[in-house]
Amino acid sequence: MGLLFHIGRYFAFMGSALRRPQRARVFFQSTLVELEAIGVQSVGIVALLSLFMGAVIAIQTAHQVSGWIPAYTVGFTVRQTMILEFAPTIIPVILSGKVGSNIASQIGTMQVTEQIDALEVMGVRSISYLVLPKLFAALLIFPFLVVISMVLGIGAGAWVCNTADLSSFADYKYGIQMDFSAFDVTYALIKTCVFSLIITSVSAYHGFYTAGGAREVGRSSTKAVVYSVVIVMVANLVITQLLLT
Amino acid sequence: MIRVQGVGKSFGEKKVLHGIDAAFDAGAVNFIIGRSGSGKSVLTKCMVGLLEVDGGTVHFGSDDFTAMRFKEREVVRRRIGMLFQGGALFDSMTVLENVEFPLRMFSEMDADERMERAMECLRRVELEGAEHRFPAEISGGMQKRVALARAIVGRPKYLFCDEPNSGLDPQTAIVIDNLIRDLTQEYGTTTVVISHDMNSVIEIGDNIHFLHNGRVAWCGDRSEILNSGVEVLDSFVYASDLMRDIRTKLQGK
Repeated sequence: MGLLFHIGRYFAFMGSALRRPQRARVFFQSTLVELEAIGVQSVGIVALLSLFMGAVIAIQTAHQVSGWIPAYTVGFTVRQTMILEFAPTIIPVILSGKVGSNIASQIGTMQVTEQIDALEVMGVRSISYLVLPKLFAALLIFPFLVVISMVLGIGAGAWVCNTADLSSFADYKYGIQMDFSAFDVTYALIKTCVFSLIITSVSAYHGFYTAGGAREVGRSSTKAVVYSVVIVMVANLVITQLLLT
Repeated sequence: MIRVQGVGKSFGEKKVLHGIDAAFDAGAVNFIIGRSGSGKSVLTKCMVGLLEVDGGTVHFGSDDFTAMRFKEREVVRRRIGMLFQGGALFDSMTVLENVEFPLRMFSEMDADERMERAMECLRRVELEGAEHRFPAEISGGMQKRVALARAIVGRPKYLFCDEPNSGLDPQTAIVIDNLIRDLTQEYGTTTVVISHDMNSVIEIGDNIHFLHNGRVAWCGDRSEILNSGVEVLDSFVYASDLMRDIRTKLQGK
């Protein structure tokens, strides 16, 4: 019963969020602010994690396959892992911790300090005003972050292979080019777009329906991350099943 | 003028408002007073549409707000200014941006005109010079004044003030009270103040509605409130030693 209630309220919430903005100029200005908050401020953590993950995947693969499988397998494995799963799924999961909790706590704080009531009394459609720029910004910027992650991860794999003498650069290069399918990138970007909408909308939903005080804001923030991650994982399975089989 | 007729509101089994009837005059400071939990805030939220009424009507002038659809309500809401108990300033915006916000959303003014009007309102509440500070960087009294400036920036017909003096020292409270009275007269607004501060009621209250257990237990003006003869109102008005002393002195004269 509780689950059905939340599903129904979530879709009603999304219906309000996707309404036409009352002021186009204000909407675009808010979207620019969100692009900075969601995207630009996340580049550092995305780059750092991708560099380390790419390097670690390369070392682990080289360790597993050394001596009995061709050396180009390292490049191939790093490419496939980064493009198919790490960049489009794990990066959004990590971002749900950063961006999702931020959105939930921001909107939750606005709710408990009556800022949302103030918007409503003025005649502002608060859900659309607060959520639509975030959805739009995330939809625009997440694919860029994911592409950055792919490039840096694969690059870090090349660097560590060369530095630690795990495989030659030629082998690594051959590996990342072997059997390359552009559809893998398309699949990854489709996933990313869906996940970006899930993370921002689920987090905004939990923030918006915060009731109480500071403790509830913290709870909403936690719930936003947990539910976002769970829904992203379920969506990952569904999208993969639909697009790759 | 705002007219409330037969407004009822329940939360689950708990009935908070029992068919409230009240009228709030234009160009006057109308108080809703009562003990905590008497239904003051719920009534106000019902009046501005933050809560839906279970029954009854709320009229802003001749417009039946409760019968309106969402889009029609938006138009009425643009004529409403509200000062919230905690200020409810947008913490990501500066003082100037906060005051300017309603104009940015709903007026056709250009940036210079908006800025000029916002600065005019800030000057009116004596906050010139604080326009580039953020809400977290100013005192509670200043936040209330910024909220008041934001509430009046669109020249509202209706001004709601929810506990405007809560958490303020007596001198700042008087400053806020005087501002509310002066702005009401200046703009001719129908002002509704929710409070349990008897100083404010005596100081600026033109019409007073006393709520008790979700009903209007008494209605009158400030000259009548000290001698209402209504037991529940007397126990509210004379709850403090100071007020009891005043009553003793008045009776001694």
